[in-house]
Amino acid sequence: MPRINAALVGSGNIGTDLMYKALRSRWINPAWMVGIDPASDGLMRARENGLKTTAEGVDGLLAHVKADRIEIAFDATSAYVHRDNARKLQALGVVMIDLTPAAIGPYCVPPVNLAEQVGKRAMNVNMVSCGGQATIPIVAAVSRVQPVEYGEIVATVSSRSAGPGTRKNIDEFTRTTANGIEKVGGAKRGKAIIILNPAEPPLIMRDTVHCLTRDEPDQKKITESIHAMIAEVQKYVPGYVLKNGPVFDGKRVSIYLEVAGLGDYLPKYAGNLDIMTAAALRTAEMVAEEIASGRFVRSAEAAT
Amino acid sequence: MSSNGHGGVNGGMQPAKLRGRRITLHDNCLRDGMHPKRHQISIEQMVAVAAGLDEAGVPLIEVTHGDGLGGASVNYGFPSHTDQEYLRAVIPKLKRAKVSALLLPGIGTVDHLRMAHECGVGTIRVATHCTEADVSEQHMALSRKLGLDTVGFLMMAHLIEPGALVAQAKLMQSYGANCLYITDSAGYMLPDDVTARVGALREALEPGTEVGFHGHHNLAMGVANSLAAVEAGANRIDGSAAGLGAGAGNTPLEIFNAVCHRIGIETGVDVFKLMDVAEDLVVPMMDQPIRVDRDSLILGYAGVYSSFLLFAKRASAKYGVPSADILVELGRQKTVGGQEDMIEDLAINMARAAAASRARRPPP
Repeated sequence: MPRINAALVGSGNIGTDLMYKALRSRWINPAWMVGIDPASDGLMRARENGLKTTAEGVDGLLAHVKADRIEIAFDATSAYVHRDNARKLQALGVVMIDLTPAAIGPYCVPPVNLAEQVGKRAMNVNMVSCGGQATIPIVAAVSRVQPVEYGEIVATVSSRSAGPGTRKNIDEFTRTTANGIEKVGGAKRGKAIIILNPAEPPLIMRDTVHCLTRDEPDQKKITESIHAMIAEVQKYVPGYVLKNGPVFDGKRVSIYLEVAGLGDYLPKYAGNLDIMTAAALRTAEMVAEEIASGRFVRSAEAAT
Repeated sequence: MSSNGHGGVNGGMQPAKLRGRRITLHDNCLRDGMHPKRHQISIEQMVAVAAGLDEAGVPLIEVTHGDGLGGASVNYGFPSHTDQEYLRAVIPKLKRAKVSALLLPGIGTVDHLRMAHECGVGTIRVATHCTEADVSEQHMALSRKLGLDTVGFLMMAHLIEPGALVAQAKLMQSYGANCLYITDSAGYMLPDDVTARVGALREALEPGTEVGFHGHHNLAMGVANSLAAVEAGANRIDGSAAGLGAGAGNTPLEIFNAVCHRIGIETGVDVFKLMDVAEDLVVPMMDQPIRVDRDSLILGYAGVYSSFLLFAKRASAKYGVPSADILVELGRQKTVGGQEDMIEDLAINMARAAAASRARRPPP
């Protein structure tokens, strides 16, 4: 089956890492990369790998969308820019995979609700946050066994892997992730904490998930559910590892995880960024599969 | 104990250059003291201690969860009452003192900051690890916009050199901080370390920007370090009545105040009334003596975040691994404030390693 053409909007670390992953995809053909700096490393690497590029922002892509049959676009710019990009590209019938915190569309955490979101034919899906991608599957793994009154996650990332966007608006991380823990993870209340650690050599992303169950936790079922979920995540992030737990302490269930990336463009320790690009690609692949099979008929629409 | 309200008698042998210096004492026993209390201070205790500090003339009192606004969590502990409940109870009871709130970006958000402002908090202290000042911009900007006394709190400041601290402090100053703290979260610094860091900030920051020092008493250096800070140009000094704070506690405020009076540093705080608050109100609240025990000495010696102390003791009891070993390893792994989750994780690993090594040993 032919691969579906996609554009990468944003030529920074995330966009570039995504390109390398997409180049290996059976379903996605990364055809374009969009940047704003002609000298950027990302655009240079894109050209080396045979992608068409523009340094004119999304406006430089619009005229080519039809001719080059761009059906999916990844947005790795910023929340502010995404609103504009989404409006312009969705008007041309392009499905948006949003890696920014804009969250115009519904949250997508692949092993939890990808099938559901794709089934709804959403024209714009949002990838929550790095900490969300790493932890929400585990909250969901507990909440699918029994009600979770409260889900809390602690994401510790190396300082080097936290970019200026995250730093300028760190509240967006805590808010968005907490929201995702509730909406996708299924916890009644969610809380998210992020810690930046400057140690050298940089530490690999660590994530801790604490759930408080309503009733006594069913230890056997929860443990099985968590192991099954981890196997699902490992399909697209092989470095997603259970370090300890689940620890059961009364109604507290704690799970200790480590997330190493593939090291495509981003270093391996930046599992927080890798899990975003891997989850975004997985989402796009499922959309592509649906488009290719004719089940996903897209409507050109204005973004809300 | 009676109070004569006149403070101490000057000894006359202290450095004359400090005589007449005015500094602001900032009590932390109702915030940092939440750590040894596992965040279980009652509203009545909060109000009584705060009112006592106010009566003694302490101008600034910090009240929140030990990990700051929004710290209520599985990871750090759920408090007896919400930040809002504590603030609403304490602030109306104070005649002169103002109340501050701590905020760690990544844990608390601007929503918490707005809540604290609505409760009547006058000072917001935005705390980051000493290398991560740029996560504080949105909180400082809002604090400044609300007209609050805006303080930057550079934690674990022993980990980087004075020059690097200056760069981070300047960032915070540019975001709107009118006071920058050198925060010795691990109680690791010795007086020369404090002098170098406070002095570098004093020299590099705008003259109108205050410099502060927050000490922990893990090497029993709280008072000496605070004095070094004042000598190097700091004019806000943190301490806690009876030292109630994480690790071996903070600089015992009543002791530091007495020392200041002896030297002639003007704090405006009554020596005897503050002693009374410490002795009659705070000491009876303690669940365990706040002293330099072996574990808190290790915090100071190895440079480990003081709030880890009780978590390490609990993990030690649960997993049968010595708490001292846990703390040393946390230092070796370069953990930073907020990584309390790594303590249970580490204790499990150490228990597993110990079991494996027992299994390898030949039978007797």
